[in-house]
Amino acid sequence: MAAITDSWATRGRPGWIVILFWGLLAALPLAGLFTNDPSFDYYMFMGQAMLINAIAILGLNLLIGFNGQISLGHSAFFAVGAYTAAILMNFAGFPYWTTLPIAAVICFGAGFLFGFPALKLEGHYLALATFTLAIAVPQLLKYKLIAPWTGGVGGLILDKPDPPEVLKLSPDQYLYYLCLVVAMLAFWIVRNMLRGRSGRAMMAIRDHAMAAATMGINTARYKTVTFGISAGITGVAGALSGITVAYVAPDSFTLQLAVSFLVGLVVGGIASLPGCIVGGAFIVLIQNSSQSISDWMKVTFSLRYDVPAWAIYGVLLILLMYFMPRGIMGGIETLWLRVTNRKEASS
Amino acid sequence: MEFFIQQLVAGLTSGAIYACVALGLVMIFVSTDHINFAQGEMAMFATYLAWAMIDAGVPFWLAFILTIVIAFAGGLFIQRVILKPLEAAPVLSLVVCFIALLSFFNALAGMIWSFTIKQFPSPFPPRDVFGNGLVSIQQIGVVAVTLIMLGILTVFFRYTTLGLAMRAAAQNPASARLMGVRVSWMLALGWGLAAAIGAVAGMLVAPIVFLDPNMMTGILVYGFASALVGGIGNPMGAVAGGFIVGVLENLVGSYVIGNELKLTFALAVVVGVLLLKPAGIFGRVIVRRV
Repeated sequence: MAAITDSWATRGRPGWIVILFWGLLAALPLAGLFTNDPSFDYYMFMGQAMLINAIAILGLNLLIGFNGQISLGHSAFFAVGAYTAAILMNFAGFPYWTTLPIAAVICFGAGFLFGFPALKLEGHYLALATFTLAIAVPQLLKYKLIAPWTGGVGGLILDKPDPPEVLKLSPDQYLYYLCLVVAMLAFWIVRNMLRGRSGRAMMAIRDHAMAAATMGINTARYKTVTFGISAGITGVAGALSGITVAYVAPDSFTLQLAVSFLVGLVVGGIASLPGCIVGGAFIVLIQNSSQSISDWMKVTFSLRYDVPAWAIYGVLLILLMYFMPRGIMGGIETLWLRVTNRKEASS
Repeated sequence: MEFFIQQLVAGLTSGAIYACVALGLVMIFVSTDHINFAQGEMAMFATYLAWAMIDAGVPFWLAFILTIVIAFAGGLFIQRVILKPLEAAPVLSLVVCFIALLSFFNALAGMIWSFTIKQFPSPFPPRDVFGNGLVSIQQIGVVAVTLIMLGILTVFFRYTTLGLAMRAAAQNPASARLMGVRVSWMLALGWGLAAAIGAVAGMLVAPIVFLDPNMMTGILVYGFASALVGGIGNPMGAVAGGFIVGVLENLVGSYVIGNELKLTFALAVVVGVLLLKPAGIFGRVIVRRV
């Protein structure tokens, strides 16, 4: 994975495509004015899920794509974020929006601490340790000593926040905007970070850790802090998910969640910022349409069985690793650079 | 005291199963340096095949042998078709590939046989050995099968030409190739063996935990812990690690933390070993030159 730089991340000013894209996302809820579709609120809810997944994948991408540390355990930080929001809202009466920065800080701490053992581990070993973390988390959340706060197996039910009166939005439209604002903020922060000195240091560590150390980069500090920031971003996504779904339970934070982040990351594009959004949208779409995909496949290939989403994920991941190792956005970028004859295309 | 012995025996039994899983992991690790995250799901899938055969009326031990053969062929096939093209790929691609295999096998088993749990017949009668409720034939059987398998593997690696070729390919691929060993096929053989050993583990554990597509998740984590404790490059170490972790798990579970945090204990073991003694108890420390 040597020397991947994200042209979107490192370019000077946000291009018109980026501005147009976010503008379009912001305009989407307005479509509700022109339609009486009863499932419109459900589409808004899907939009929230897509943005939340995009933020979580952004956190993961920062770690895997830009810093070269493999994590299969980001479901754990997502869970910490969600539970932080849930516990603060239910037991301490915090307003929902204040839980987001708190979740970020707590998850940063958790990620930073996990980053220390991760320092000594590389490649497969780090994947192994984080894999174990992902599997241990649901059981840990059910533990009886902390059950008074976590709700044990049953989880916690939250109140869905009401939109302010003046905005005249439905709750789902409002939450969509909340997710959108947080997503824009997260992408803006990450983009700025990657463009600067710290971003170059992260990528230098990914490409050649020893050379980076020789150049005077404190690799240990950068790796632990990157782990922390990555976990913090994913934790905010977790808190948002707790707020929008209004329910947290241990069995939503299994290894499968971590794997779905990985799927989104690989599909969207390793070390690609727009890829995070593509990946986030992709996993929500697949999860929501898995039944119709399954029906379609049953008819087309005359199968006797239902095809679960995970079978599709599995096949897709392997195919992507063969044919498009940098994912959809990675593939598009490579093509674009080749078409416009930039020098990066040859590297 | 009686309770302690019961826990000890139960620990040795689950330890035998962890040892099998760990052994499968080691088979792949020594030759390729890869940690196969799909080891558990491959074993689970093979166990379903055995269940389907027994369900169709095949006698247990015939189904047992047939499943091992099919698993071996399957492992060979996976290495040849899916992993061979990625031999030079970065670690991330391989990890993604293993995770893909994990999801795929899990979904495929659920798709074909549904996610409801099934009873898997045990070849061993559930009777006591000494008539005092301490040791059952089932437990003795599980440990015995593991030890027999370890014996066969030891003989294979130590006294056969093919075993020697595999060891050579794992230790020094370049020289082995110069001596006429087909290194790439030796890796495939390693995968086949790993899948076969995994199948044995699956069939041993299925009567105890019942058969369902997620039955190996926790066991795989313990397999990782065992392989790491024993030294992930050392088959004997992996088996010893399996027994150590199995006994520790049961004793810690019943005397210290309770059964609800067993996976957290595995996490602690994994992280602890990786941090304090990455080479494991029996592993050799590898010094890398730059």
